[in-house]
Amino acid sequence: MTSSPLDELDSKVSELLVAIAALDSLDALREAEPGIIGKRSILSTLQKSLGALVSEDRSEAGARLQRARHEVEQTFEARRALLARDARRQGLEKDRLELGDVVVDNVRWAPTTGHPGIIAVTQGQLEDVFVAMGFSVSEGPEVESDWYNFEALNIPPAHPARGMWDTFYVDLGDPETVVLRTHTSPTQIHLMEDAVRAESLPLHAVMPGRCYRRDSPDSRHLATFHQIEGLVVDRGIGFADLAGVIETFTRSYFGPDTSSRLRPAFFPFTEPSAEFEITCTICKGSGCRTCSQTGWIELGGCGVLDPAVLHAVGIDAEEWSGFAFGFGIDRCAQMRHQISDMRALTENDVRFLERFS
Amino acid sequence: MKIPLSWLRDFVDVTESVAELTEILDDLGLVVEGVEIVGENLEDVIVARVEEIRAIEGADRVRLVVVDAGDGPLEIVCGATNFAVGNFVPLAPVGAVLPGGFEIAERKMRGATSHGMLCSARELRLSDDHEGLMILDELTTPVVGEKITDALSIRADVVFEISVEGNRPDAWSVEGVARDLATRLGRELRSPPMASPNSAAKSADFASAGIDAPDLCGRLTLSVLRNVQVKPSPTWIGERLRNAGMRPISNVVDASNFVMLELGQPTHPYDAQHVARHTLRVRRAREGEMLTTLDGVQRKLAKPGRGLGDTGEDCVIVDGDDVVIGLAGIMGGSSSEINVTTTDVLLEAAFFDPMGIARSSKRHGLRSEASNRFERGVDPQLALRAAARFVALLLESVPDLEWLSDPLDELGIVPDPSSVILRPGDVERSLGVEISGDEIHRLLEGLNFRVEDRDDTIVVTPPSARLDVRAGTFGRADVIEEIARLHSYRRLPRRMPSWPEPGAFSERQILRRRLRGVIVDLGGTEVWTPSLISDAQFDFVHPNESRVRVTNPLATDESVLRATLVTGIVQALGKNVERGKGEVILTELGTVFVHPDATDEPRITKGGDGGGLILNLPRENERVSVLLARAEDSAITAVAMWSVISQRLGLSDVVVRSNEDPVRFMHPTRAGLLVDRVTGTVFGSIGELDQEYLDGVASNLVGRRIGVLDVDLDLLAEHTRVLRRSDFVGVPSRYPSALFDLAFITPVAVHAQDLAFALRSASELIEDVRLFDVYVGAGLPSNTRSLAYAVRVGSAERTLSESDVAALRDELIATGGRFGAQLR
Repeated sequence: MTSSPLDELDSKVSELLVAIAALDSLDALREAEPGIIGKRSILSTLQKSLGALVSEDRSEAGARLQRARHEVEQTFEARRALLARDARRQGLEKDRLELGDVVVDNVRWAPTTGHPGIIAVTQGQLEDVFVAMGFSVSEGPEVESDWYNFEALNIPPAHPARGMWDTFYVDLGDPETVVLRTHTSPTQIHLMEDAVRAESLPLHAVMPGRCYRRDSPDSRHLATFHQIEGLVVDRGIGFADLAGVIETFTRSYFGPDTSSRLRPAFFPFTEPSAEFEITCTICKGSGCRTCSQTGWIELGGCGVLDPAVLHAVGIDAEEWSGFAFGFGIDRCAQMRHQISDMRALTENDVRFLERFS
Repeated sequence: MKIPLSWLRDFVDVTESVAELTEILDDLGLVVEGVEIVGENLEDVIVARVEEIRAIEGADRVRLVVVDAGDGPLEIVCGATNFAVGNFVPLAPVGAVLPGGFEIAERKMRGATSHGMLCSARELRLSDDHEGLMILDELTTPVVGEKITDALSIRADVVFEISVEGNRPDAWSVEGVARDLATRLGRELRSPPMASPNSAAKSADFASAGIDAPDLCGRLTLSVLRNVQVKPSPTWIGERLRNAGMRPISNVVDASNFVMLELGQPTHPYDAQHVARHTLRVRRAREGEMLTTLDGVQRKLAKPGRGLGDTGEDCVIVDGDDVVIGLAGIMGGSSSEINVTTTDVLLEAAFFDPMGIARSSKRHGLRSEASNRFERGVDPQLALRAAARFVALLLESVPDLEWLSDPLDELGIVPDPSSVILRPGDVERSLGVEISGDEIHRLLEGLNFRVEDRDDTIVVTPPSARLDVRAGTFGRADVIEEIARLHSYRRLPRRMPSWPEPGAFSERQILRRRLRGVIVDLGGTEVWTPSLISDAQFDFVHPNESRVRVTNPLATDESVLRATLVTGIVQALGKNVERGKGEVILTELGTVFVHPDATDEPRITKGGDGGGLILNLPRENERVSVLLARAEDSAITAVAMWSVISQRLGLSDVVVRSNEDPVRFMHPTRAGLLVDRVTGTVFGSIGELDQEYLDGVASNLVGRRIGVLDVDLDLLAEHTRVLRRSDFVGVPSRYPSALFDLAFITPVAVHAQDLAFALRSASELIEDVRLFDVYVGAGLPSNTRSLAYAVRVGSAERTLSESDVAALRDELIATGGRFGAQLR
């Protein structure tokens, strides 16, 4: 019987496994790596020696060597993982800090100028204007059922008017029953339902919040955006009150040299409905590129509450009436600060953010 | 919708300038989105015939075209390929100036010289068509050298791009816009020329029609037209269509499109020889039926609906063999399409249920000019008038046309307009101004409403076209809107209402503002990171957890609602490090979402058709997170920041306790929780970001110590005394305080702040206790450390004596003793 290069394989493997078990640090492991699983290892040497064998012996020996190599490599990697875990644990232990023992009085705090978000500040300014006009500020959820986002607002299932909003649907419940709210209007419904339940009408509220529309972002639109919605439900409220509130708001927020005007539009939840335009903030009404020479810029939608909406929440439309309006907070910020591309608002570039304070 | 001014003028006299007309249309709610002048500056463009087409050596995008424009052969380099020898095309010769001011000069390209330019319809501003050259012989019978304005009867025109709102299908036509204008301007509305059946033969002897789904099809009319010759339309019809944004195809198809644009009624012409038994019926499609529509797509009909409110029904047109030949009101099938061999035409003009069309159109993802109109509601009484107009137009190119008498007219269920009663004061209550009865009559009658005075009320009956006007109280709002609109919103008064209730913020909003204020004052810069993130981003912090998923995201990496703010801020920080702006404190206040399966408190609400379902929605959690990434920052500065925040918000009972099992973004041995000492409520976590987490999220941050603060605003608002704490502010004593230090050797298990609280509460005379040093190491027993406090004591009534202070000191030492602390 001739000797095979693999005669000593088992004992060599045992030696390697013992050597691996003896490695006690990641540094030692890295140093030993070429000699155990690398090109200089005994297994690689044996691999080369297989060439001397006749072919039928070679394949069997090759398979045996492959198994041995696999075992060694697995053991080596397991050791590496264990040592890495230990090293991390040791490192973390060395790094340990008892947060309760921090002596705050000894912390030196370098003067740092912070910057509030443009949208947050704009929203705050808008809220302040409306609170001064007698509105309270309410909020609602961002994930809504289709009933609040659409049907209670007089937009029945499958109605083409739902196409006015590019809706993100949420994978909950039956198809198309859960949406990311496309506008802040569902908060109106929650408020009216709560007021009916608590018998606390009238209502005078504004509702700011984040909304979502499935529309590719461009310089004037974002798929995630912010709206502020206004709602009044009271006795004897009509179109003139709506127009008055819009005008007072416009002058208060955009300045006394601005004005507003309404033009007919369609929203399923208001009737009569209107788009409201304000004096172009760039040219103050004399006509420029921003306003297409008209002197006016479209800001939002509004209207007298459709009696169907009051009916949906159980309010008697013969006794109560009201109006609603809504517009983009981001759009107000864009106009006020002349932000050429809306997408800058979500890029979080500190060089942009720190220009605002 | 594009409306040429010349077309409008067929219906109503318009003397206003373009600017004035734009104002008026806007004020009527017919918003002018653009005004375009067409057919201008075309005097230099002439008709040329293509004589020869040659390749240019080394050029594969352009060819040399030899044309004849009356003065012998002319070589032109041209990039279009949609023409052949013998076609007639528009030529702008050298020296011509095209609309828009582009002047044609001789140009050398690829060694060839171009002596002019062959033009597409868009280059001539005649339409948006830029598929290739305008092929004039497909449109008319042109003469070489003739001016293109003569060949195509082009006159300069103004085209208004008008946006019509979804509730005004009646205005979605030239006539509809003209009707609004005529009413506003107090002018007469003219009707266009109409034809009448001119054949003695009876329609019923040639064709038959029927409705088997009366709820989906309210009316089906069928006109039989014989001796039809299919050829190009007269040039004036082609010009109108082009100006209105449609491409002329043939006289029959053009007449159908023309009538739709002009009157608002979609019609469908069928080649009678391909309609079995000359029969059209309307019925529901059966499951398993198929149809290949004109766009070449094979469609499975009556598939069960998946969208909310979808019944899965399709309304179809079938022939005499009951074979489906069209998706009713949306698109025809290709089998019976009009072609040059057509001699007999069956013209369908119908009314289909708007919701039925809307459902089918959405399910098949198929929208057409016809379906857009039917789903909003076409006037059920318009069908035969549209047929009469269609025939009048077709007669211009086919004088021998026969329209068989008594067109077929089948009725299904047609919505019945119900009357609306305006009581005295209704209009004034809603609009804030009284509008006289005469004016109401004039405005509404202009739009074909029937207006009757009955006792002291006005009874208004809308015309059949106004499907949007509802009954009862709801309808009253609809009618008042029409009055307001026609009267002009700008003429209505404004008044600022007032009410006794004061405006107010909620406690949450006040808390949020104060919190944002402190963070910004300490140097925080507020970011806005995406609510919609990728699975991978979600997994950094919440692997294997249920997540709220969007079914139709814009991109796959925007398909999951975030469950933490931290990852987004870390990524924003990573980007700013790249920009060289990484030495910052970043903060975000925002909502995160917990899947209803992953929380004990899902939001329960109603939804589904009619709100009849109870739904479990995600728990929405408002949080504020801060990353401290300046050079000197770490968990230590995070604790310092929290200390300031908690004091500014009056949260003096909230302490930092270490946390052995922190959330995934947190460094495992430099982590703590924000705990209310009294209630045990955990408001959030604090510490430093874990390096392994950083390696995954933003590897350029690895190696930096980044402090982090992540607070649950919902809990903070609910449980704290931020707004409920006593308003009492005590005046400090006028007598001097005494100061002394106490250093204790304490077991490590004793919390430094707990001990401080205990010391502070030991006596009413203790004004303040502050930790000023922590010492661990040599000279101390194992498992202990030294905590040193600065104590200030004083009395409101007197100056404390030395013995008083000594007694207090002893009392504090005793208090420390109860914690196992010994004076060092």
